[in-house]
Amino acid sequence: MTQPVAAWPAPAPGAAPLRRIVSAQAALELRTLLRNGEQMLLTLVIPVLLLVAFGRADLVSIGTGISRIDFVVPGILALCVLSTAFTGQAIGTGFERRYGVLKRLGASPLSRSGLIAAKTVTVLVVELVQAAIVLGVGAILDWRPVASPAAVIWVPLLLLAGTAAFSGLALLMAGTLRAEATLAAANLLYLILLGLGAVLFPLSKFPAGMRPVLELLPSGALADGLRLVLAHGGGVPVSALVVLCVWAAAAIALAARTFRWE
Amino acid sequence: MSNAPALEIAGLVKRYRGTTAVDGLTLRAERAQVTAILGPNGAGKTTTIETCEGYRKADAGTVRVLGLDPVADARELRPKVGVMLQSGGVPTTVRAGEYLRVMARFYAHPLDPAMLLETLGLTGSARTQYKQLSGGQKQRLGLAAAVIGRPELVFLDEPTAGLDPQSRHATWQLIDGLRTAGTAVILATHYMEEAERLADQVAIVDHGRVVASGPPAELTGSAGQLRFQAEAGLDLGGLLVALPPGALAKESPAGHYLVEVTDRVDPQLIASVTAWCAEHGVLARDLQIESRTLEDLFLELTGRELRS
Repeated sequence: MTQPVAAWPAPAPGAAPLRRIVSAQAALELRTLLRNGEQMLLTLVIPVLLLVAFGRADLVSIGTGISRIDFVVPGILALCVLSTAFTGQAIGTGFERRYGVLKRLGASPLSRSGLIAAKTVTVLVVELVQAAIVLGVGAILDWRPVASPAAVIWVPLLLLAGTAAFSGLALLMAGTLRAEATLAAANLLYLILLGLGAVLFPLSKFPAGMRPVLELLPSGALADGLRLVLAHGGGVPVSALVVLCVWAAAAIALAARTFRWE
Repeated sequence: MSNAPALEIAGLVKRYRGTTAVDGLTLRAERAQVTAILGPNGAGKTTTIETCEGYRKADAGTVRVLGLDPVADARELRPKVGVMLQSGGVPTTVRAGEYLRVMARFYAHPLDPAMLLETLGLTGSARTQYKQLSGGQKQRLGLAAAVIGRPELVFLDEPTAGLDPQSRHATWQLIDGLRTAGTAVILATHYMEEAERLADQVAIVDHGRVVASGPPAELTGSAGQLRFQAEAGLDLGGLLVALPPGALAKESPAGHYLVEVTDRVDPQLIASVTAWCAEHGVLARDLQIESRTLEDLFLELTGRELRS
């Protein structure tokens, strides 16, 4: 109210370089996430608590020929991807749509693909932090992975494919359902996959008839793929990668067709 | 910068599942001018603006914004156009200052976020999360975000709805400043006073069409009005005989009288009215001379019944 009106600057329109726009948006999304207590609970506290609980105590008999901690750490890594790429992203995006945030961004120089890029960067950064913490806590719990040098390639590939699959599912849900329905469904699916998705309980514990179906779930494929590489000393996780890539392609294609921005 | 007008809409039609929201609307807005779109709820203001912003595709007709197609040329257009939605659009937990700093990074030559906060009286709320801002503060933050990229054209959809007088004044000053600096402003509003005060051009929209347009002074014309109160049920036919031809006289509500003439109210008219009153033993109270306002015209054109 103190600014003299006559001195208002003349129009000088122009978009910033795409990289600057995307990094500004990604940094904002990251700060928003860190400020959100429920999201931090979901992405960090729950995985670490489960890692400590299931890694130390004999809550479940593993019975798959590997040690308990060898079983639990890859499962928790898969849970991290599930919580960040799927549950967190679905809920966050659902409410952004509801509050007109996506609509308003649609009128800004940030393109839709730029927005997806910013969200992907945000998810990957959070996952890196999660992975570092999980691997750190795992090391404290005497986790010694039995892996070949090729794990350096397979683990990131599995995590990326899992992230793509879960992100596609998250955007499919957030772009079509009401925000409240997304919130409920994303949390419910999180719990279901936590229980049935080979995250904490080995698939060998389930009835034989269910197993083929559970192996085709993205969480089961991701967790068992990671176990194959990190606990069984250097297998090549072909079937896991195929399952995850099919989920990713289907979910992303469907989300792209059905996503409503407002 | 091209020479195309800020906005050129010809025969715009937009339907939603059977209902026609915009029905052959034609409108032109010049650069460096404030163009107000006035209309009752549901008249098609927001649909028209959102079509110009590229959110909706026209069912028929053409829309050119700064000479470009809002859908096909969206990439080129977005940096040149500032948008303020009717509500929302900001993440709920972002802080006001933080939001403007992020938006500033989207543009090549942005305004200084701190200066904008100061101009709109938001400096004290810079560290407040969006969800904790008052309604007026949210509106002003939305306005700041619409102009931060120094656009050539700004769409403001009811920017002062629900604002206190200070906030409204700050918003008006900003809009005035934008125009002086050469920015075109398209202003959808309910407030006649706002349109009368700010707009170079006014378009009154009803049922999806422009029913009147032009500069506010031209629209209201030179018609004059004389109002007074007296006992109910005066013989208006008798009064009209005493008045110059073309004059109108109405009683609404009971005991409130309105005399309307095509020219300004002159001393002769007052003398005629009061002489007639004296002749009939009528005491005219609260005699007032007024000119027709935009609101009178608006109600005349769009009717007085309530819209849902």
